[in-house]
This record gives sequence, C-alpha cells and structure tokens, in this order.
Amino acid sequence: MSTLSLSHFLILGAILFTLSFAGIFLNRKNLIVLLMCIELMLLAVNINFIAFSHFSGDMAGQVFVFFILTVAAAEAAIGLAILVVLFRNRDTINVAELDDLKG
Amino acid sequence: MTETGTMGLPYDLIIFYLFASIVVCASGMVIVARNPVHAVLFLVLTFFACAGLWILLEAEFLAITLVLVYVGAVMVLFLFVIMMLDINLAVMKEGFVRYLGIGTVIAVAMLGLMTAVLGPEHFGIDQVPAPARHGPDYSNTEALGRVLYTDYVYAFEIAAVILLVAIIAAILLGLRKPRNRKLQDAGTQAMVRKEDRLRIVKMDAEKGGHS
Repeated sequence: MSTLSLSHFLILGAILFTLSFAGIFLNRKNLIVLLMCIELMLLAVNINFIAFSHFSGDMAGQVFVFFILTVAAAEAAIGLAILVVLFRNRDTINVAELDDLKG
Repeated sequence: MTETGTMGLPYDLIIFYLFASIVVCASGMVIVARNPVHAVLFLVLTFFACAGLWILLEAEFLAITLVLVYVGAVMVLFLFVIMMLDINLAVMKEGFVRYLGIGTVIAVAMLGLMTAVLGPEHFGIDQVPAPARHGPDYSNTEALGRVLYTDYVYAFEIAAVILLVAIIAAILLGLRKPRNRKLQDAGTQAMVRKEDRLRIVKMDAEKGGHS
C-alpha cells in the first residue's frame, strides 16, 4: 500500500458509491437531495472509468466519462425542470405525498 | 520512481490521501446536511477534490470540464432551484433517524463486498503496474480530441442531439401558459352564425294600452 495503485482509486469510488446509496436511503423525502445523490453516484462511476483508463493506457475510458458528463448534465436539467413544475402544481416536493398514480 | 516526501510516503500518495479524504468527508456531509443549500456547497467541494484526483490521473481536460460544467452550470442550477422553492426542512428530514440503522448496515455490507473484490490483492500495484508518466509536451486534450473526432464521432453527434433534446424538454417543461390575456380567436369569429347570437322571441302584441 505504499505506492499509488489502481486499487486506491477503485476503493475510493466504492466508498463514494456506498455513501450516495446510503444518502438515497436516508433522505428519501427530499427530491433535491435524491438528485444530488444520483450525481454523486455518477461521479463514483466516473472515478472508476478514469482510473481504469489511466492504468490501462486506453483513452476510451475518458471518452466514456465525457459522454457520461453530457448525459448527466441533461438529466440534471430535465430533472430540475420537472421538480419546478411539480412544486408549482403541488406546492410540495415531498416524495411521500407524490402518490397520485397509486391505485 | 517517485520521490518520497514526509513519513516515507511518495508525493502522489500524499496528494491522493489528501484529496480522497476531502471527497469522502464532503460527500458524507452532502447526505447528512440539514440545509439543502449546504448540501449543494459540499457537493461543489466534492467535485473540486475529484477534479484534483483526475489531474493526478492525467485526465486534465475532464478535470477542467468537471469544474466548468458541474460546478459552473449544474450546481448553480441546483442552487437556483433550491432558492426558488420554499421547502419545509423539518418535514424533509423525517425518517432520517428511522432509516439510519438499516441504511448503515446495508452501506457497510455493500462497501465490504466491493472492497473484497477491489482490494490490493486483485488490483494492487503488482497486478496492474502503474504506467509511465507522460512528458511535459504531452497534451491530454489533443489525445482526447483525436479519439473523439475519429473513432467516436458518431457517438459525439448523438451526444449533441441529446443535449438539444434536453434543452427543448427543459424549456417546454418550464413554460408557463399565459392565464389572463384576452385573445381573439379569428377562426371562431369567422365561423360564427346568426343562430348562435340572435334569438327571436315570438310573443303576442299587448292588448289595451296607453291611449
């Protein structure tokens, strides 16, 4: 463990992914924090991609991260737009109260 | 190989542990912060530290992109939305303590499983040797651009289309229809008939009278 290896970055990505997973469990009422936890998960995946790209000397991993960043930005924009419309119509973003489709 | 700094650790390892501890602490604060604005600011700190780690991995272009796109655009968008909405914070934290136990158990189990797979006995420096560092005249942006505009040009175009769809969708979702504007509808005006507007009432003439 005295030199920087691929394992360091992979375990950091695992810790980040686990933290965001726990965040989804704990903040299940707040839609905004749920979106932020999804961003953290994507960041953990990106760390893995870049670490593998560096240690295998292949640029394809970085290209993938580029596309993930693009899709994540689009996802955040649409998700927040939906959130604003939801708040405008219902005056709440509490996940527990958004059960209109429940039979 | 690499020079050793204080405590016999190489410099890159010291930098890694510095940034990694910032990433872990800040992302932990994201999920426990009571105020969503604080959560967003800790998320910004996480992204900055991650950009540092990506520079350590020689992905300079993506590190700058992370700071520009995520911190500069997406996180500011989050901040705008949080400040526009009037959120009841007390209600939002309900169930935090209730799910703390089971959440921690599942998280620790997940982390243990992943660490068992990703540990140094499988992905250590002996199994995956570190590549040689590039020279000072190496440009990560140029290398990424060469791959992006040749091998992945089709996917690149699709990414542009995805962004266009996202723009249209976000604008359309945020569009609020005008409610109290008086508008003429030329079609219904032209289609109107006499019977719709005029009612002929037949009644007898009044008898007797004034004279």
